[in-house]
Amino acid sequence: MTETPQAPVGPDEVDRPRIGVDEWVASAEQRHERAGGLSGWISRGWEGIPPAGKLLGFVALASTLPFWMNQGDLFSYGLFTLLYALLALGLNIVVGFAGLLDLGYVAFFGIGAYGYALLSSSHYGIHWQAEFSIPVVVLGTAFVGLLLGLTSRRLLGDYLAIVTLFFGQAFVAFVNNANPHVAGEGLTGGPNGIPGVDPLNFFGYELQSLKQYYFFVLIVFALAAAALYFLNESRTGRSWRALREDPLAAEAMSIPVNRLKILAFVFGAGTAGLTGCIFAAIQTGVVSGNFTVALLITLYAIIILGGLGSIAGVLIGAIVINVTFQFLSPANDVPELKRWLFYGAIILIVAKIRPWSKLAAIFGGTIAFGFVAHAVAQAINSSWTAGTVVDAGAGGSALEHWVILPKGHPAFDTWAYIILVAAIIVCSQVKGWWRVGALIPTLYWVAVVWENVLAEQPAVTALILFGALLIALMQARPQGLLGTARVEIV
Amino acid sequence: MHHLPLLDIFDTIRQLGWGGFFELLRNGIVLGSVYALIALGYTMVYGILKLLNFAHGDIYMVGAFLGYGVLSVLGGPLAPTVALVPLIILMFVGAMLGAGTLGVVVERFAYRPLRNAPRIAPLISALGVSFFLANSVLLLTQGQRYNYSAYQLGGDAETGLPGPLVEPAFSVLGRPVTVVQVLVVSTSIFLMVALTLLVSRTRLGKAMRATAFDREAANMMGINTDRVIASTFFIGSVLAGAAGVMFGLYIGETYYFMGFLAGLKAFTAAVVGGIGSIPGAMVGGLLIGLTESFAAGYVGGQWSDIVVFGILILFMLVRPNGLLGTRAIQKV
Repeated sequence: MTETPQAPVGPDEVDRPRIGVDEWVASAEQRHERAGGLSGWISRGWEGIPPAGKLLGFVALASTLPFWMNQGDLFSYGLFTLLYALLALGLNIVVGFAGLLDLGYVAFFGIGAYGYALLSSSHYGIHWQAEFSIPVVVLGTAFVGLLLGLTSRRLLGDYLAIVTLFFGQAFVAFVNNANPHVAGEGLTGGPNGIPGVDPLNFFGYELQSLKQYYFFVLIVFALAAAALYFLNESRTGRSWRALREDPLAAEAMSIPVNRLKILAFVFGAGTAGLTGCIFAAIQTGVVSGNFTVALLITLYAIIILGGLGSIAGVLIGAIVINVTFQFLSPANDVPELKRWLFYGAIILIVAKIRPWSKLAAIFGGTIAFGFVAHAVAQAINSSWTAGTVVDAGAGGSALEHWVILPKGHPAFDTWAYIILVAAIIVCSQVKGWWRVGALIPTLYWVAVVWENVLAEQPAVTALILFGALLIALMQARPQGLLGTARVEIV
Repeated sequence: MHHLPLLDIFDTIRQLGWGGFFELLRNGIVLGSVYALIALGYTMVYGILKLLNFAHGDIYMVGAFLGYGVLSVLGGPLAPTVALVPLIILMFVGAMLGAGTLGVVVERFAYRPLRNAPRIAPLISALGVSFFLANSVLLLTQGQRYNYSAYQLGGDAETGLPGPLVEPAFSVLGRPVTVVQVLVVSTSIFLMVALTLLVSRTRLGKAMRATAFDREAANMMGINTDRVIASTFFIGSVLAGAAGVMFGLYIGETYYFMGFLAGLKAFTAAVVGGIGSIPGAMVGGLLIGLTESFAAGYVGGQWSDIVVFGILILFMLVRPNGLLGTRAIQKV
């Protein structure tokens, strides 16, 4: 930086670090104390709870779930959230604590799942008890993590990301395509995977019901979170943070950088391997399609949403992402929930607009615009409004009088979607009352596209929204919900 | 098969003979020239922004779909309303302009606001863009594969005779080289020569090199670096769009997920050649294409991806800066 010294300005007010940043960082506590209103009160209250209290509170809350949720919800909301959280905890060690960009993490999850499936299934007829197979698999996965971690000795930053990404892809190609014959049997079963994996079976006690699995995963998660908390507070954790902030300075301070990097990979891989074992047992089978880059992006979304390096953030990220995902999944048994969730989220985002006059103009304008557009479309040709909404439910059918729903115009979907993306881009680029003017038709168009295109394929929509969420989050709050803003001093 | 197929390799080489060798060489060169074009976009963006643009493979995929879109607007592959040569030119132009515009929009929207953010932010944003583009196309195409039907293109619709694209242009050792293969390789060479001239001879090229060398200094010298970066994205995406049409014509079909793997291979090519180096991307693309083709022919198709990725990992460990890359000195 070759800028002349000037009055200290908070980095949130300018788009690049400036001289005086240290002072800004040093005064963070006072600004925090001053933060008023509800959000300040909540964040102070949150920080007042000791970590053990937070964990116990969560476990207490989570253990009530099986008593009021039905089986399907407990599986998709409860169990899967915990699995995502456990998996993201491992990624958080490598990326959040140590700052190493690992894009092959999902492969360790896969190695764990396939490892358990090979040792405890009828594929080769080996039926090890879980108390033997899980430790063996976790150690094996951690050892693979060690091997991949060795590459981090030589490779920095982006190059490490590249090699780990290829490792992940090579793993998928191996289990899916190569499937070498070992002992007269395809080792990984190709795209069909390995069916008939044993349930978890400890010392002759077999986990059978969903409830038992749920409590088992909850206990594992609580233990892992506690262990990682202590690890993060330990000497090792502090060195990881130093490594993350500045590897060169850390090395100069005689921190064993290489050993710590490998250690982070080993811990991350071990956690992923453990989750893989549990996942294979729950699914009673493994297929290669579970370990693709889509899962990797979901996991990154989880740890980044919650805030890199924060254990509570990982959990919150996992809850938000998984609940959204399950809401939008085709298997959701209350289909109109999707609609309420979607419109609710849109309204929440728009409701942040101030002053009130603008907000009122936008909402009123959008509603009026809808009726006018509907009337015009109907006047042109009634086929433009002849369609019906998917999963109408309560209130949904009222939308049919507001939203354009063409029938027999196959190209409409494509153009509607492209126009929507273009309109959102325009909205983000204009300012002031121009933005209000652009937002009104855009919001209406969001509803049109949702009813015509997105609601029909909610699973794909969820993935698209993930992508958009990642882009938006990076611009709005790159440190995530619970993360602390990092200042890069140049 | 009761043992690893790697052990069969010598038998296979003997069986395929020189004719088979030439076929694999030919396929590798065609594939490699497509990879090289995509790799150029990766390498240019990395050179100028130090950003791994994961969305680039998806821009290539969108380019392939845009080419198909032009084709279907002009009557579809089976009954095109224009002659073959202008049709192919229009497909290339449409896909290149569309992909180029998309590249500029992505840069403006997803990367420019993060210019001074921590390094991880644009990378995650790039993953988000990639996910967004691939799934948007999945949404709009419902996962359907669209067929360019290069076999029928320009042929006789009534008799079903194949068009001129699959006719052999010439043959070597009794193995044909078809017109479409010649077309892919020669277009690719033409675009690479054009790019090299642009970067080495024009004012924009000079500005790009200056920006890649030191963005702040270039800014102080009066170069509008934002515009230079946008131009870089445009040029890289134009090349990716062209590669998309080439792939569509050569392989015959497009689908929403083709961007990811091709992007990854092209990215491998950029890395092997030395990321940030333009001649490196060309050499790397050719090498990856040849490796994939020979691995598929001699070891077996199911192993080709693993061989490519395995070679890459080993290569990165031995020579992280690639064949033609220069060793970066870490500044403190």
